[in-house]
Amino acid sequence: MTTKEDTTIATGQFGVYLIRHADDNLVLGQRLAEYVTRAPDLEEELAVANIALDHIGLATHLFTYAATLVDGDTSADDLAMLRSEREYSNVLLVEQPHDGFGDVMVRQFLFDAYQLLLWQALSTSGDSTLSGIAQRAEREATYHLRHSSNWLIRLGDGTSESHSRMQQSINRMWRFTGELFESDELDVAVAASGVGADPVELEGAWRACVADVIDEATLSIPEDPYQASGGRSGIHTEHLGPMLAEMQSLARSYPGLSW
Amino acid sequence: MSASLPSRKRGQKRERQGRSLREVLRILGGTWIRGNRLENPAEPRSEGKKKLLANERSFVMMIEFDPWSTVKNRDIDDEGQQKFDDIIAADEKVEPRDWMPEGYRATVIRQMAQHAHSEVIGMQPEANWILRAPTLLRKSILIAKVQDEAGHGLYLYSATETLGVSRHELEDLLHRGRQKYSSIFNYPTLSWADMGTIGWLVDGAAIVNQIVLQGTSYGPYSRAMVKICKEESFHARQGFSILMALTSGSDAQKAMAQDSMDRWWWPALMMFGPHDSESTHTEESMAWKIKRMSNDDLRQKFIDQTVPQAHYLGLKIPDPELRFDSETEQWRTGEIDWDEFWAVVKGDGPLNRERISHKVRAWEDGAWVRAGASAYADKQVEMLDKSA
Repeated sequence: MTTKEDTTIATGQFGVYLIRHADDNLVLGQRLAEYVTRAPDLEEELAVANIALDHIGLATHLFTYAATLVDGDTSADDLAMLRSEREYSNVLLVEQPHDGFGDVMVRQFLFDAYQLLLWQALSTSGDSTLSGIAQRAEREATYHLRHSSNWLIRLGDGTSESHSRMQQSINRMWRFTGELFESDELDVAVAASGVGADPVELEGAWRACVADVIDEATLSIPEDPYQASGGRSGIHTEHLGPMLAEMQSLARSYPGLSW
Repeated sequence: MSASLPSRKRGQKRERQGRSLREVLRILGGTWIRGNRLENPAEPRSEGKKKLLANERSFVMMIEFDPWSTVKNRDIDDEGQQKFDDIIAADEKVEPRDWMPEGYRATVIRQMAQHAHSEVIGMQPEANWILRAPTLLRKSILIAKVQDEAGHGLYLYSATETLGVSRHELEDLLHRGRQKYSSIFNYPTLSWADMGTIGWLVDGAAIVNQIVLQGTSYGPYSRAMVKICKEESFHARQGFSILMALTSGSDAQKAMAQDSMDRWWWPALMMFGPHDSESTHTEESMAWKIKRMSNDDLRQKFIDQTVPQAHYLGLKIPDPELRFDSETEQWRTGEIDWDEFWAVVKGDGPLNRERISHKVRAWEDGAWVRAGASAYADKQVEMLDKSA
């Protein structure tokens, strides 16, 4: 008879894990919301707002659940509005600013492919609340990836100008993709306990999917091997601070009020 | 004939039979439309191609629009006129393929286009607060509302296209200042309370107008209004809910709500347009049953429903002359500042220039995207033609 190793994860630690993914989604939702009223056409206004809404909705679910797990008396809104950039644990990719539609779609595409794999993995989480959230998120991510990869292909294989703009966007965003698959102690622990997913295990499928679309789009993956890192431990690029300052300005100006 | 109508040389006819697949696809933006399947039966679709094409969406942006396709006869037509008059007299709906007088067509196009432009420009003042919404829930609701407005715009542009004018022609007229949008959106949103006030007063005023417009004589417009009214009432309720939270909140929140009321009350009343006696389009529009109630009557209806709501919220209406007329049981307001009204209509409101330049910039920034998508669609058509 073998003794089963105790892989139970502390409740608070699981909350911290959820907050990472909530942060990813809130920050990307906020970035997309910046683009509302700036899209190339009305159909895309609808799509961008809709996708922003999905990310922010997902963040809200994750924060709400996390707030019941982490230490101290907190709420989903407190987690979103009252933490600083050092406390935010999103990956660097989602906080990157965009200069035009190419950046918006490339950032989205690289993240969508990751999120689809992540939520697929988490849909069988041993934690029933998280698996419920993940199943819904997986459906949304499927749609998001379809939308963003179609744009990559369309514009990569469009005019020479659209091709070159998309390639520039890929070159700008690529160095923030390696971080998506970095694994730390927390990732390993949640994966071992059967409630989370180890990002390392998602990387192969992500590379295959991304390479496929980029190839079909007649674009290429940059050769520069440099990869940035640090978001999960709160070491961000300088772009997150101003974004949070704007997002939190009203909530922080009038602390403790109901809206 | 209105400047908004495309011109056609007399006798010019479009051959609509025997179009090649290539042409049809080009008109549809080179897309496979699911549900209303357009497929080439001779084309065996490989898996790769299927993947490539299956998810293509229809890009109205690429439609080569044939403005005359819905028009049977644009010349003077006695029989058509009689039928049109009968439809109007019987309170029935005029449909896109019915004969209609040029003036009617031009008026409906102008009104629907203005309505569509208002939805789209109206996204800007609210988008100004999405990023700063104070809670996650409020942020989500506001994004959903702005998204609805884009949807209304799209829906109304499509309904306008049934009259033989393309969306992009209309957008172009907007960008060049040749067509208008509701002046209310030229005012700035300066506090979170403005999100409440816009929902409550601005959407509230729009609903008063739009409920009556459900009875308008042009079928596609009337049906658009039924759908849009449902969503607008959600918008008005969310606005009222924001103000309920503020007026039952702290002193600072109450002050924020009152300041917003002070800035938006009069512009909201102006939304119904000039007095009936000054309105150039009212009489004809009423005869054609495009318009079913006059500007002043609609405004009065709005005032009577809104004043008690303001009292309920504990907000003061910024009008020293406001009084209840117990004989007619109506609220009487002071006179609107018509100088301000006309200044804003003519382009000298606080943000007229910013609203249009923002819209034009987005359109120009998107040019390479539209060109890229269009080139891609053309390549797909070429590929299909080659393999056909």
